Amino acid sequence: MTAANPEFEAECIRRILGGEKQLFHELIRPCERAIYFLLLSLLKNETEAEDAAQETAIKVYLNLKNFRGDSQFRTWVLSIARNEGLGRLRKIGTRREDSLEAETNEQMGDYTPAILTSWREIPMEALEQKELGEILRKAIDGLPEIYRNIVLLRDIEEMDIRETATALGVSEGTVKVRLHRARAMLQRELAPQLKAFAPRRRGLFGGRA
Amino acid sequence: MRIDCKHVWEHISAYIDDEVDAQLRADIDRHLETCEICSAVLDSTRNVVVLVADDRVFELPAGFSERLHERIDEEIIRAS
Repeated sequence: MTAANPEFEAECIRRILGGEKQLFHELIRPCERAIYFLLLSLLKNETEAEDAAQETAIKVYLNLKNFRGDSQFRTWVLSIARNEGLGRLRKIGTRREDSLEAETNEQMGDYTPAILTSWREIPMEALEQKELGEILRKAIDGLPEIYRNIVLLRDIEEMDIRETATALGVSEGTVKVRLHRARAMLQRELAPQLKAFAPRRRGLFGGRA
Repeated sequence: MRIDCKHVWEHISAYIDDEVDAQLRADIDRHLETCEICSAVLDSTRNVVVLVADDRVFELPAGFSERLHERIDEEIIRAS
């Protein structure tokens, strides 16, 4: 992720609106990943998500003069992406069951962590292995939609809580609660599996890193 | 204040994000010093957060960026 740079964005927007249209490529580039993964999490289909991402970029371009600068540029872009995604879902008429289920049952569920004491070190080198990436993606795909969106924006795109809340149209409190539950679910699902990738240098009860 | 494991788990996400106040952080730290289970839960949760943030886990489809920028170019020409 590229860190947001409000001065660069404001300058870029001013110049694009002044006629230097090619600068739009540079303006949108840092947002590409977030746009795509937000849409993928909504639409669950790579082709559809890519098409919606392109549509989002075009809408951003055509509406650039309406950006008021009262939120971060990327936040504004992501709310356009979200509307694009939701519009498509409505058209297909398939807001998936899991999201509806999760909306109504938000208070329920087991957020007790997986108890294990032998996995301490992050297996960063194991990320080179395809298998680990698969396990992580599968776990995130398996989250109910309301949690998946939050993880994608907050933990994968590393947006802050406020930005995540604005982009998804929920309160900051909601982001915090859902983030907590999502991470608890991921820990529960992943910790026992990821243990296998950890380097085996430490004993079972080695000290904290 | 002494806090129990469940209490620590409730705040793990906020603790990782540094969103807990100083008092609660101190309480959690004190608990972690003596609780092997909670410190393992904290470490593994933090590991999960670090792992999912790695760019290698979620990659854009091959050619995504090229296709996006071609489409933008088409629109720039069309709209001008």
